[in-house]
Amino acid sequence: MKRIGLIVNPIAGIGGKTGLKGSDGEEVFREAIARGAVMESPKKAFATVQILKASEAFVDVYTWPGKMGEDICKEAGLRCTVPAGYTDTGSRTTSEDTVRAAKELVKAGSELILFAGGDGTARDIMDAVGTGVPVLGIPAGCKIHSGVYALNPRRAGDLAVKYAQGKVRETKEAEVMDIDEAQFRNGKVQSRLYGYLKIPGEGGMVQNIKCGSTGGGRESIERLYDYMADTWDRKALYIIGGGSTTAGIMKRMNLSNTLLGVDLVYGGQVLALDCTEQDILRIMERYEKVKILITVIGGQGYLFGRGNQQISAKVIRRVGKENIIVAASQEKMLSFLGKNIYVDTGDEETDKYLAGYMRIITGYGEYAVIKVSN
Amino acid sequence: MGYIKKNRDFHEARWDEPFIMEMGNPGERGILLPQASDEVKEISGDLSDLIPEGLRRKRAPKLPQLSQMQVLRHYMRLSQETLGTDINIDIGLGTCTMKYSPKVHEQLVRMEKLQEVHPCQDESTVQGILEIMYQDEQYLKAISGMAKVSLQPAGGSQAIFANVQTIRAYFEEKGEGKLRDEIITTILSHPANPGTAATLGYKVITLYPDENGLPDIEALKAAVSGRTAALMITNPEDTGIYNDRIRQFVDIVHEVGGLCVYDQANLNGVFGLTRARDAGFDMCHYNLHKSFSSPHGCQGPGAGAQCVSEKLAKYVAAPVVEFDGEKYYLDYARPDSIGKLRAFYGVPPVLVRTYAYIRSLGADGMKQIAELSILNNNYLIQKLLKIKGLSMPFAKGRFRMEQARLSWQELTEETGVTTDDICRRIVDYGFQDYFTSHHPRVLLQPFTPEPVETYSKDDIDEFAAAFAAIADEAYTAPEIVKSAPHKAALGARIQEECLTEWEKFATTWRAYKKLQ
Amino acid sequence: MMEKAFVHPYMPNSVPEIKKELLNELGIEDVREIYESIIPKELLFEERLKLPEPILSEYELKRHVAGILNKNISTEEYTSFLGAGCYKHQIPAVCDEINTRGEFLTAYCGDTYSDHGKMQAIFEYTSMMGELLDADVVSYTTYDAGQSVCSAFRMAARLHSAAGRDKKVVLVPDTMNPDIYSQAVSYCRNVLRIEKVGHVPETGLMDLKELEEKLKLKDAAAVFYENPSYLGFLEEQAAEIAEISHKYEAVCIVQSQVSALGIMESPMNLGADIVCGDIQPLGMHLQYGGGQAGFIASHQKLEYMEQFPTYMYGIAKTDKEDAYGWGRAMNYRCSHGSREKANEYFGTETGLWGITAAVYLASMGPQGMYELGETIIRNLKYLIVRLNQIEGVRANPFGRYNFQEVLVDFNDSGKCAADINKALLSCRIFGGKDLSREFPQLGQCALYCVSELTTQAEMDKLVNAIAHIVKEGQAWDI
Repeated sequence: MKRIGLIVNPIAGIGGKTGLKGSDGEEVFREAIARGAVMESPKKAFATVQILKASEAFVDVYTWPGKMGEDICKEAGLRCTVPAGYTDTGSRTTSEDTVRAAKELVKAGSELILFAGGDGTARDIMDAVGTGVPVLGIPAGCKIHSGVYALNPRRAGDLAVKYAQGKVRETKEAEVMDIDEAQFRNGKVQSRLYGYLKIPGEGGMVQNIKCGSTGGGRESIERLYDYMADTWDRKALYIIGGGSTTAGIMKRMNLSNTLLGVDLVYGGQVLALDCTEQDILRIMERYEKVKILITVIGGQGYLFGRGNQQISAKVIRRVGKENIIVAASQEKMLSFLGKNIYVDTGDEETDKYLAGYMRIITGYGEYAVIKVSN
Repeated sequence: MGYIKKNRDFHEARWDEPFIMEMGNPGERGILLPQASDEVKEISGDLSDLIPEGLRRKRAPKLPQLSQMQVLRHYMRLSQETLGTDINIDIGLGTCTMKYSPKVHEQLVRMEKLQEVHPCQDESTVQGILEIMYQDEQYLKAISGMAKVSLQPAGGSQAIFANVQTIRAYFEEKGEGKLRDEIITTILSHPANPGTAATLGYKVITLYPDENGLPDIEALKAAVSGRTAALMITNPEDTGIYNDRIRQFVDIVHEVGGLCVYDQANLNGVFGLTRARDAGFDMCHYNLHKSFSSPHGCQGPGAGAQCVSEKLAKYVAAPVVEFDGEKYYLDYARPDSIGKLRAFYGVPPVLVRTYAYIRSLGADGMKQIAELSILNNNYLIQKLLKIKGLSMPFAKGRFRMEQARLSWQELTEETGVTTDDICRRIVDYGFQDYFTSHHPRVLLQPFTPEPVETYSKDDIDEFAAAFAAIADEAYTAPEIVKSAPHKAALGARIQEECLTEWEKFATTWRAYKKLQ
Repeated sequence: MMEKAFVHPYMPNSVPEIKKELLNELGIEDVREIYESIIPKELLFEERLKLPEPILSEYELKRHVAGILNKNISTEEYTSFLGAGCYKHQIPAVCDEINTRGEFLTAYCGDTYSDHGKMQAIFEYTSMMGELLDADVVSYTTYDAGQSVCSAFRMAARLHSAAGRDKKVVLVPDTMNPDIYSQAVSYCRNVLRIEKVGHVPETGLMDLKELEEKLKLKDAAAVFYENPSYLGFLEEQAAEIAEISHKYEAVCIVQSQVSALGIMESPMNLGADIVCGDIQPLGMHLQYGGGQAGFIASHQKLEYMEQFPTYMYGIAKTDKEDAYGWGRAMNYRCSHGSREKANEYFGTETGLWGITAAVYLASMGPQGMYELGETIIRNLKYLIVRLNQIEGVRANPFGRYNFQEVLVDFNDSGKCAADINKALLSCRIFGGKDLSREFPQLGQCALYCVSELTTQAEMDKLVNAIAHIVKEGQAWDI
């Protein structure tokens, strides 16, 4: 039996059906209500709660009053506890409510936080719990770019139960992506990597013999780190993009790094952290051999233009295509099956220059050959 | 006539046998042995003088002490708790479904004239087995179109390994050993291809499927270079989709000087229809147990065959069998050979079964294997795709070869029941757990059936009906599937952490006892 | 029109009417329509495979194949003194009964629930091997002893590399099995160099001085020895070799002989880190070499367990008090589990022989294994004494302790080992393995093997025959 914290962001997704693309911001919310929006999120979370109810013996649910969780638990007949001293905040909840609820539920001993919401909610959860306690998203918002959600609300319940039963024990880091909402409403899609949350992964399950499952995902990424460390060119300046894969490589090499920023490394030394385009251009002047090391960012698969805009078209042209190293786990590459990998440097010429087939390092001495589109 | 049993009221034997270490009593024994004669005992003297003190065993091994009938009964019961191909409709094991293993072959391999023959005997006393091995080599040359065959490999993976060793030997002789350090394969080829390549230190370049489910040919063009040692590819891949551009794949690799290796472990869909050499390949291999009817024996012994073209003939694993017009002999005088892979000469009982199998079918029978494998498979697919929640991604509407990769993804999304759940539930219907996918799972919730030529229409219908019934359960009473199996030999659910956490993991009884 | 039917008992749907039903279901006339729609025309093989016409009836097939096999002469007809890795022993009838059971014979990859019995039988095999070897960790079976030795070498290499040590050499005795030596050179080439350590000329035992000199270079990942050695003598310095190896941080790997372990100490108790070998002697018929199967064992140490290259069977508690389940676990180590990031490749190995060995060990028990070892070692001693009575023949030239096999030196007899074997053949005896090709430095030597099945009469006959051959230069007429 495990303690599970449940948080519902009741207004997540409210903008969706009314064409408002997201619910962030007071104005948008009022506009949505005015257009006759209904709260979809608690309905979706209700499907998850029903699954929890069916396996009540394994879960000890802690939640927040009212629309933020308690209501649907009661409706489903699921036993739940609300931390003492908190009262219903009503249906107009804010970011701060989510953050506080997450912090309190972790404090109350939750071993997994289930939250219903969208990318905005995921960011709030990230602010509150970081990668300390595993979380799992119930997809309920209008923007679902992050990799922290279950496929649907029922699956979220299944996975949470399995986690509580100890059938799934592995966890993995998943990206929290979100777009700049102001730009989005102006018709411009520009997502960004904001950070990572830890989610349960099904990797640890005992599998049927010939196949062995996705098990060993963690193991194989370790081998990828080993390979990068073993083949590191100490005579080259490395421009290192953000993301947990590149951060893992840096960690393997005992180098400090910024998770989301661009760092510069030469030999066994970090030259600069969290660089701007200008920093990069200035420092790279001094080195003959320069390489770019990046990973694939986001559910839509970007090499450039999402969270690493500092590695600009200008930088890329100077470094040259042949000196770009992309590293990503095989598991991640498989998630792009049938989809494209993109570059969006903001410069059409450079995008065209980068398009075509590219090798991606996926393990120890292992490469995938993938099509890159502009 | 043609009766198809639906909702078979099956229950696997459940003996709840204790563990062997807990059985029996001190002093009991299962077998008596010949003893040394009195004179031998006298001449050999004190036993303690025959082993130096330091090497003498101090404590007797804690083996069980049981009488003969009790040993027999225990293992008889365990055998009953096992779903072999002889007792179940075993067509869920796509890429390696075992066909019927004819019983007459078992009588042959148990002849004293094979069982009691020592591998170091004088060649004049083993002419029979050498003749069979020699003929096998000739037949496999005809079937593959290749110029030379070695029967050394002890299994399919070792045959692939032999092919990688051959790649290395070939380029080393050309002085390109260091230069050519990359082997290209596909994500849906058998994992032994990248596995063996990596064992020998090659970099592995993997191609992913394009929108048609076939390996991306443009990616291949981008991947090849002067560093390319070889392409190692299966066709059809696990999806069952025949790669009709295979000749182009070969040409692209040949153009940069690389070799091409065909993984034909499973020959079932192409027997007599196409040949590896005719598609331009330099090498291929067969899993003789799979395609040529040896029983799988709980994971072996199997055997593999390495088949190569003329220019690679001198490299094959030694020894090979030759015939000088009068007698058969083992040819070791092969200075360029990659050498020995296994003790002695491969796995002779499997080679005898291979021989008997080919001789009982002939050319027309061989071709019929392929035709019926393909027909059975497409018939089964047709039936299975009527099941709600089950789909066949990639190349919709296109016929498959002898196997197909299907997906329960839709069913999982709608019901929460996964392929692993169904895999356990199918045991309740009297079928062995099916094969989901090799690693990695390129498709979600995979299921890979392969109804080979030895299964009847009625068998296939029963198999499909069972999956239809389980899908129905998933939509109406998913718990019964999720908590399956209910009628298998093991009546309790295991604590999986014992198998996933090193500190709880034991591979022997004594280690387990120490962990408690 | 139905095509001309070839209805074969292995192919139920070759019956034209049934085939037609399947075709109808797919809306086609002929199966050609399927494969011609997917295989390009230029790749279709339009000829008929050049294979002999089929032998259709089961009886005729059996007669035909049996007719060929009958050209062999078996060790039941002639007396065999051959060993060299493949050994004839008594095989309890129960072993054959169990490994011919269709359930085991034809089982494949069923798992925890569907094949509970198979899983238990294999775990019983590893457990009994664990007792015999005094080892807590025993792997699933491998192809053969050679594969186990090769894998043990690479395990040592990985173990050092995981610990950040750069060690690239394995030291082996120069008397080791030459086939396994060459197998290892080839298998390990891109990660390890296999280097021979000489023996003391008088004793045959490993030259410990040379060993230590080589270890001082600090690049040895492992030290390997066989006990008994390929040439039959016991390596008496077992504990010292382990000690010196450990002094220089090298893994100590030993190839052991399972049939000796009723009376011989397990290398695990003499400092070995990994023990490997072949289980063919535990219930497998000779089968012209088809009964080989390897094992690898170690102590319960995580750094070793992580490096095993094969499946490992683990035991799991269940929700019932005294019921256990089994599963193949930690699969990510092997090539099926995670493609090329795996330790090594592996495939279908030798499961049926693992189960057979379980039945064998359960039948033999500690008493049976003791008696097995005792009878073999006594028979061998008798043979050595008797052979040494022949002028010009020297059995056990190193004068050491032996198990099961012994080197017989014919150099002083003026006869070559091959000629002696040829002459013995006419006496219906398979003489010991001629070593003149594998060990030219030994001159005309052969490796003679006995078992618990070898009778005094057979040994006497061999001795008389050799005495006659050596003296008269020709076969002794029986």
